[in-house]
Parts: sequence; C-alpha cells; structure tokens
Amino acid sequence: MDTAAPDKFAIETSALTRQFGHLTAVDHIELRVPYGEIFGLLGANGAGKSTVIKMLTTLLSPSSGSATVGGFDIIKSPGDVRRRIGYVSQLLSADGTLTGYENLRLSAKLYGLPRAERNGRIADALDFMGLADSAHKLVRTYSGGMVRRLELAQAMLHRPTVLFLDEPTIGLDPVARHMVWDRLLDLRRDYGMTVLITTHDMEEAETLCDKLAILHRGRVSVQGKPAELRRELGTDATMDDVFAHYAGGLIHESGTFREVEQTRRTAHRLG
Amino acid sequence: MKRFIRESAAIVEVELIKLIRDPTELVSRAVQPVLWLVVFGQVLAQVRGIHTGQLSYLAFITPGILAQSVLFSAIFYGIAVIWERDLGVVHKLLASPAHRLSLVFGKALAAGFRGLVQAVVVYLIALVMHVSLRLEPLAIFAVLANVMLGSAIFATFSLIIACIVKTRERFMGIGQLLTMPLFFASNAIYPLDIMPGWLRFIAQANPLTYLIDALRGLMIIGGESVHGYAVDFAVMSVTFTVLLFIAVRLYPTLAE
Repeated sequence: MDTAAPDKFAIETSALTRQFGHLTAVDHIELRVPYGEIFGLLGANGAGKSTVIKMLTTLLSPSSGSATVGGFDIIKSPGDVRRRIGYVSQLLSADGTLTGYENLRLSAKLYGLPRAERNGRIADALDFMGLADSAHKLVRTYSGGMVRRLELAQAMLHRPTVLFLDEPTIGLDPVARHMVWDRLLDLRRDYGMTVLITTHDMEEAETLCDKLAILHRGRVSVQGKPAELRRELGTDATMDDVFAHYAGGLIHESGTFREVEQTRRTAHRLG
Repeated sequence: MKRFIRESAAIVEVELIKLIRDPTELVSRAVQPVLWLVVFGQVLAQVRGIHTGQLSYLAFITPGILAQSVLFSAIFYGIAVIWERDLGVVHKLLASPAHRLSLVFGKALAAGFRGLVQAVVVYLIALVMHVSLRLEPLAIFAVLANVMLGSAIFATFSLIIACIVKTRERFMGIGQLLTMPLFFASNAIYPLDIMPGWLRFIAQANPLTYLIDALRGLMIIGGESVHGYAVDFAVMSVTFTVLLFIAVRLYPTLAE
C-alpha cells in the first residue's frame, strides 16, 4: 500500500515517543527536515539521539506517535522507507574480513540494484569516496577514515533520499574527519541527499548542519540554525556554550554502560 | 521469489567468502570427529556392550558422529551473529530493504554449507577406518542434503538463542548447556531401543535423532532408517520451518 505523504519534508515526526519499560528515551519529538537539508541531532549520551535514528530507520518501533521518511510512514510502510534510506551506524559496520568491493557488492545485492548497473555504481561510489585503489584490499587493513568512507559509499550506493548517520566521525583523527565532511557536502551537492546526522562534535555541527535540534532527556530542548542558536545566547557564545546550555551540561555524565562501551569499541577499531 | 533468492544468495556468498578466507574454525572442528571415531568408537567397539544389530559399533556411530559435528558446528553459529550485532553489521542488514526471511534463511543456508565440510571430514575418517560406507552418488547426495538441513536447523536454533540472550558470555553458557544433552538424548552412540523410556521419549522429540536416523540408512551399508526417510525428512522440515518463523520474528530485536 502506498502511503506516501505530501512531499514537503524528507523527515517529519509527530509526537514520536519510545519507552523502554518505565524509561521514556524519546518523548514526543517533533522534527521537520526539508529535502536537501543537513540536519544535526545533538545531545549528551543517553539523550535519545540513537533511539530517534533507530525509529526513523525502522530498526525500532515507536511506542506512540508517528513519522514519515521520504514520504512514507515508518510504521505502515517500513519496506518503502528502507528502500529510500541509507544508514551508517555509530558502530563500524563494514565487514573487516571482506574487501571494500565485496562489502559494496553485498549492499548492491541487498538493495536490489540491477545486475547491469551494479559494477558501474560500485566503481562510481569507490571513486567518489576516494577508495578506488583500495577496493580489493581487506577492510581490516583500512584506516579509520577509509572505513567510514566505505560505509558512506555503502549507504549512498542506491542513491537514497535520506541518509542517516549516527556519529559518523567518532574516533576519527581531524584529517579523516574533514575528509568525511567533504564527502557529505559533496553528496548533498551532487545528489541532493537529505542527511540526518547525530554528533557530539560542535565543530562538525556548525560546519555541516543547516539546522540543529538539541535533545535533552528525550525531548527537543531547542531547534534552529547554528548561528541563530549562538546569537540567542549572546554575541560571544560558541557552539559548546549552546550545547552546554541546552543539553544540560551532561556530556560526560550520562549514557548507559552499553553506549559507552560501543563508543569506545568503535574508537578502538578506528585506531 | 527472485528477490528472496537474490538476497539469500548474497548472504550465503559473503559467508562462504569468509569461510574460504579463514578456515581455521573448520580445521579445529575436524579434530572432534577424529577423536570420537578413532578413540571412542574403536575402544567401545572392543567392549561389545551395545547391541547394534548387524552393524559394527564403528559403523553404527559414524552417522552419529557426523550429526554431532554438524550440531556442534552449527549450535555456536549464534556467537557469530552476536558478534555481528556488536559490530553493527546486523543493524546495517536490517536497515536495508532485504526481507528478514532472506537474511535468516541465507544464514541458515550458509551454515548448511559449513556442515558439508564436516561431512567430507567424517567420510574421509570413516574410509580410513574401513567403515562400510555407501558410496553411490545418490546416497552421498542425500547425505549431503540431510547434513545441510540438519545444519540449517541447529544454526537457526542457535540464532534464536542469540536473539534472546544477546551477549556472547550468556550464549557460551547456554550453548554448552544445550549441546551435550541434545547429543546424548539422541540415537548417536546407542540405539533408541536400549534407552530408558523417559530418555527415549526425549530422544524422539529431538530433531538430531531424525537426522541421525536418515544418515544411518543413507551412509552405511546395511544401515536402515528406523522411522523411514519420509518421516525423518518431514520432522526435520517442519522443525526448520517453525524455527525459521521464530527466528524471522526475533532477528530484528538484535538491532533494538
């Protein structure tokens, strides 16, 4: 059943809520992300960023509320949503025991790219991400930045409408981080992709994002353009000030054991 | 259907590439059947304490040892799934439009191919030990088909456990807890009719028993399937279908 919504927003949520037992991880979130925008979701560990992404990528069912992605309802049409999204998880999901090319070929098959187009798309994606020379090397020999670019290549292979990136630059050195940013900006420019990115990195948020929402204890505490948010706090305010003000200053204090463990594991694998 | 085949084949292909690139696990798993057949089988054959009809004890337990290899190899498949979850691979697979059934069936089929390697190992050991094996192509083909089905059953069962326990530590404990009872409550190393009634009852509900029963008839000269091949196949097929259905429901919870 085609339940496509009017094509105004690439992502639209209405009172989106997720509870785990008595804990409300995401509490009546309202987001509207226009097509072609890079939208940042910020918040301390445990604020609910990953839970929002999991619901929007159909990995987790909402407890209540609704959302559409690319015009499709995440509950009624999860298959249609999945066909229109790319997803890079916080964890390093590229398979280290396969080559870059093999990782991409798996994605191409799972996303149903026609056989005739498959190799061309893979070659384009490898070129785009600057990985053509390493295509046939095992991913476990890649640097952290190369792994992240490969994951972006996997996520963009089928030309998704919306790209979800859960802390894509966590654990990367500054050079690798800037390379990932450049590729994201290229993706938006060349393919008009909408990007929803979660991050802790205020420089990343300011450099990349057209608009931000800061989550605190599962609720949106503020939304706006980075410059506007800074101005609201004062002429000298930095993004760190904005984050500390709206995220409750809990950046080092919250988050579950599992979240911290995953973050550290990812950072460790990135070297 | 075409989509289901394409997606399942993609999963199988990746698993086979990994297996070929790093066959360490298969080599280490080959040690166990050697020990069971060469040491346990030979020694117990001298005792002549277990009545195995017209079959020598070694011939009697050869299909049981193959089934055991299949079981032990497949039952720890869930560890790899938990590892994939920890690495985020499961999240990526589940965020793709691939059908959940294709993903789970692909995993089960890949486990089936792993089982074939165990079959080759056991055939080679059995030939060296002069076990009277049926070597007609049709019989060998049927053995391999049963081995694949058996592997798929226990790998899917393992995946279900992985989806429930979600951590490697818990899985290891439960895996150890399950394998030996499944093995001993079967007709692998002694016939059903010498078991006490309660154990025979459990053994008859154990899918391993039907795998061994089919293998005994198909693999060994003079061996026979007590239940009949149709019953063995039906029990295993129904078991696989039920487990597949449960696994498809539970697999997405790994990404939550």
